[in-house]
Amino acid sequence: MALDRDDVRKIAFLARIKVPDAELAPLADELNGIIGWVEQLSEVDTDGVEPMTSVTEMTLKSRDDAVSDAGYPDRVVRNAPDRAGDFYAVPKVVE
Amino acid sequence: MAKLNDLTLAEARDGLAAGDFSAVELAEDCIAAMEAARDLNLFITETPEIARERAAQSDARRAAGGAHGAMDGIPIAVKDLFCTEGVLTTAASHILDGFHPPYESTVSQNLIDAGAVMLGKTNLDEFAMGSANMTSYYGPVKNPWVGAAGEDLVPGGSSGGSVAAVAANVCPGSTGTDTGGSIRQPASLCGVVGLKPTYGRCSRWGIVAFASSLDQAGPFARTVRDSAIMLKAMAGHDPKDSTSAPVEVPDFEAAITGDVKGLRVGIPKEYTLDGMPAEIQALWDRGAEWLKQQGAEIVPVSLPHTKYALPAYYIVAPAEASSNLARYDGVRYGLRVDGDSLDEMYENTRGAGFGAEVRRRVMIGTYVLSAGYYDAYYVKAQQVRTKILNEFKQTFADVDVLLTPTAPNAAFPIGAKMDDPVAMYLNDIFTVPANMAGLPGISVPAGLDADGLPLGLQIVAKPFDEETMFRAADALERAAEFTAKPKYLGGQGG
Repeated sequence: MALDRDDVRKIAFLARIKVPDAELAPLADELNGIIGWVEQLSEVDTDGVEPMTSVTEMTLKSRDDAVSDAGYPDRVVRNAPDRAGDFYAVPKVVE
Repeated sequence: MAKLNDLTLAEARDGLAAGDFSAVELAEDCIAAMEAARDLNLFITETPEIARERAAQSDARRAAGGAHGAMDGIPIAVKDLFCTEGVLTTAASHILDGFHPPYESTVSQNLIDAGAVMLGKTNLDEFAMGSANMTSYYGPVKNPWVGAAGEDLVPGGSSGGSVAAVAANVCPGSTGTDTGGSIRQPASLCGVVGLKPTYGRCSRWGIVAFASSLDQAGPFARTVRDSAIMLKAMAGHDPKDSTSAPVEVPDFEAAITGDVKGLRVGIPKEYTLDGMPAEIQALWDRGAEWLKQQGAEIVPVSLPHTKYALPAYYIVAPAEASSNLARYDGVRYGLRVDGDSLDEMYENTRGAGFGAEVRRRVMIGTYVLSAGYYDAYYVKAQQVRTKILNEFKQTFADVDVLLTPTAPNAAFPIGAKMDDPVAMYLNDIFTVPANMAGLPGISVPAGLDADGLPLGLQIVAKPFDEETMFRAADALERAAEFTAKPKYLGGQGG
């Protein structure tokens, strides 16, 4: 299936990336080129094959549900583009 | 007299231990070489003051009889994908403008603990997405090697600044990361040694994430021995990375015994490509002959799903990237471009902050993970990945290592392959399978093409068997006798 301008606009919104209208069509061409190329995977018989979840046969370890590192809010928020005290500031969400 | 920045890592280690020169003297020569090589655009941030401070600390430790080992006092460059406490970390992206991490990545901390001296943070493809270092917000890196007509060439990617710094004798070692070939392919294009260890060997904690099931850190160096020394300092179990393997780190340098008698070396026939330059095929044949002459057994093998590794990668890696890069939202760090609503602020920030290649990959990833397409693309790719892994497992039941070319071409001019993303992606056709299966791989400079540009050969080994990988790589290196040097060396050239 080939993507059109509207598909690309929808994907861009899902990805929260602003794409100027003039770039939608060329971007659709680029994405279609890549998707058309990866579709060669349909040649591979994968019936009954488990999808990979990890390259190594390891069981992830559990750890205690406890605070291990905390107590320095100033360092945590220091890189914020906008802050109010020890909080991140964002545009108004609730009227 | 040669400058100290021309020394290999092992030579610098031995000279420091013998008291022939100090870590400060070594660092000063490397800083001078870094400054003289600015035309190559190797570094996003130079940190000469940190280098001088750590070198002085190293000299003080050594004077007190407490040197930390092989890496103590060794100047290195760090790919700007590793978070470094208090030092600007950009991933070569506009969206991380001004980000000064409040913490240090585990790998770079391991190197600090080993006494290494950081010269600066090197240029790379934006978020490590690229094979030519052309997608960096901070501009392209020039390969220290130049084309036959004197034209500027790409160093490969994504670890372009790190590889070129080592190739240009700015420093004896540097760190890279390899998600689909981002250490091995540039190593091949720049005539240095570069390796990706087994997935889980190096901690990913504090490395800006691209595709978490594929990303691994590794070293660049000018010799196989040097890369073994540096990997030992970088590797090790880290409880902060749940995929870090709880295994001992062997003495990789000691694994270089010079003896490959009886080693079974697989030659996968599917790595012969239509249209591959004849000199790459010839070099590959020569590499097999070199190992055979030293007593190894050459075994033809077949890995029929090899051709599907790259297209499967271009589903898995963008999918993971779209998820990992969701964190860049203009709220907690980096760039913010305001909007009238929270959504609009996100869209404006990410629209302005991501370059064209990152945008493409995040959107491909978003698409293949979206409702209705997840099974057809993402699950399918992960099934293909299982088949690739099983094929490697069967093959490694019969052979110890695989020998392949590293890349399907030598370094190409800056600006080439930019109008066709898939043509650029094909640069990683021989390196991606090892990432998909989590295997260690190393590129060793093995010869020059007709234009005098370096070509590498790759050794791929079993999981956590880097020792055999190093042993085979050393045998290749000794037989290849690669002594050619690039035009720009130690910042001098032209």
